[in-house]
Amino acid sequence: MQATASVPSIRGQRIQSPNALLLRRFLQEKTAVFGLIIILFFAALALLAPTLSPFDPLAQNIPNGLAAPSAEHWMGTDKLGRDIFSRMLYGARISLTSGLTVVVMAAVVGTIIGLVAGYVGGWLDEALMRITDIFFAFPSLILAMAIAGALGPSLRNALIAVAVVTWPVYARLVRGQVLVLREREFVQAARAVGAGHGLILRRHLFPNTLSPLLVQASFDMGTTILSIAGLSFIGFGAQPPTPEWGVMISEGRNYITTHWWLTFFPAMAMLFAVAGFNLVGDGLRDVLDPRLRR
Amino acid sequence: MTRFILRRLGGLVFVLFGVSIMTFFLAQIVPADPVAAALGTNAREAQIEAYRRQLGLDQPVVVQYVRYMGRLLQGDLGASIRTRRPVADDLRDFLPATVELTLAAMLVTILVGIPLGVVAALRRNTWIDAAARILALIGGAMPIFYVGLLLLGVFYRQLRWLPGPGRLDSTLQPPTTLTGLYTVDALLTGNWPVFTDALAHLVLPAITLGLYSTAVLLRMTRSSMLEMLGQDFVRTARAKGLSQRLVIGRHVFKNALPPILTILGVIFGSLLSGAVLTETIFNWPGIGRYATTSVTTLDYPAVMGVALVAAVIYPLVNTLVDIGYSVIDPRVRTN
Repeated sequence: MQATASVPSIRGQRIQSPNALLLRRFLQEKTAVFGLIIILFFAALALLAPTLSPFDPLAQNIPNGLAAPSAEHWMGTDKLGRDIFSRMLYGARISLTSGLTVVVMAAVVGTIIGLVAGYVGGWLDEALMRITDIFFAFPSLILAMAIAGALGPSLRNALIAVAVVTWPVYARLVRGQVLVLREREFVQAARAVGAGHGLILRRHLFPNTLSPLLVQASFDMGTTILSIAGLSFIGFGAQPPTPEWGVMISEGRNYITTHWWLTFFPAMAMLFAVAGFNLVGDGLRDVLDPRLRR
Repeated sequence: MTRFILRRLGGLVFVLFGVSIMTFFLAQIVPADPVAAALGTNAREAQIEAYRRQLGLDQPVVVQYVRYMGRLLQGDLGASIRTRRPVADDLRDFLPATVELTLAAMLVTILVGIPLGVVAALRRNTWIDAAARILALIGGAMPIFYVGLLLLGVFYRQLRWLPGPGRLDSTLQPPTTLTGLYTVDALLTGNWPVFTDALAHLVLPAITLGLYSTAVLLRMTRSSMLEMLGQDFVRTARAKGLSQRLVIGRHVFKNALPPILTILGVIFGSLLSGAVLTETIFNWPGIGRYATTSVTTLDYPAVMGVALVAAVIYPLVNTLVDIGYSVIDPRVRTN
């Protein structure tokens, strides 16, 4: 009797936990891994912004305004002589935390409402879903702009506004999952052994809605980064001199042909960050829901 | 069939009722006092009180809502604080520009998105497929306000190939109003110079606005085509000896169409959102820019009007798509 086989196996093949299997399949998706690398890169930039940035992102040096990219200023300077590379790094902080804040707020609210609607059913479900219908009726940016404007233009209010237009997606998604799941045998079994509603919701229903939630969250990170930048661009989000990417493009709009670096770098940062989240979203969807495999 | 349509329209009425409550609520959360904003800082207490009574703001919220709803049903959206005109009149002036821009962007989306998606699926894993996928990736991730600024900078300011902001050159008179769409009106009245100029003004904003939706449609078309190409009936059609053209046209594309139609309804909503940014950049006199200016000046009767109209158009389009869809595919009626 030997006690060496610490890894369980069948016919010599290692048995992997479902999560390890999913991770391995995800890592085989080349474009998704590329997306993940982009996201991690931006996350590192955001975390290390204070160490990496060569200048104070708000420090003005007007005599050196509109300087082209050089060894000193890698991405040049804006009209007030602020270092664009430093502002870009701090912009990554703002965009990533904005995306995360909105997605977490929307997902938490939406998930709770979706769980309740799907589990309780009946008139409550009907009423909650009609409320999401109303939110879906508005073009998202128009509603977000109206809310942000009503609350007063600031980054915080823009985040609230975008979260308000985003949560219904999660409510619908989770409700749809719960409707299918609650009829499944393992939920029936849990009920049969006397599990309470809270336990069934927490232990059996919620964990099974996580995969589609994760896919949606990944796409919404990208969408939110664009929405927040868009709101900031038209003046309803982050306010100057905040080094936010949308604000930077707005401040450089009149220099787009003469001093391209003012707007080009923040735009490319946004393009890559959003594309990164979209690629990861695609990869997650392919791995977690093979039926939707493209 | 009639029952299906009635049920859909009934749902639509409910949504619109909810939308009216939402827009009303929006105006309630504005911290700024609309009366003070309208009368300026020098207004006397008695004046403010009188204006407040005139607007019915001294009544309880529920009474205010019932009155608001009553006016809405008569087509009265209230008066704009900024322009001092009825909001309905303002919208009638600004809406055609947005409709024209949105339709043009939709045209770009369909003309580029569908053919490219079809070709990408048929030539899977070739350079053309790779190019289409890269275009979809960039189109879906690019901030459209940068695209707009860039196109204006390059094709207007630098190269002078296309006209700049606005709908028409300032030396030209707008065509006689029939539909409010400059290109259509100019064409109908045979006004050739105005037609070409209006069309030239449309090109850059339509590409800007259509880029994101092109990416969405391209992806949907490609994946829907790929799914159908793998079906048994396609293999059967090929085995029968049908030409490639017949197989693709009659069997694959036709069956790939329903999800493409559905996504077009969704795209319409994203175009209305994108119009806010595009119109700001191109100084396009549509409801997106009207909304931006109204929110900036806290002109909430106007904001409520725009939000209401936008929220009516979008579900209306989706209901029409659903009904059209049920005509093509009777199976959806039972759902």
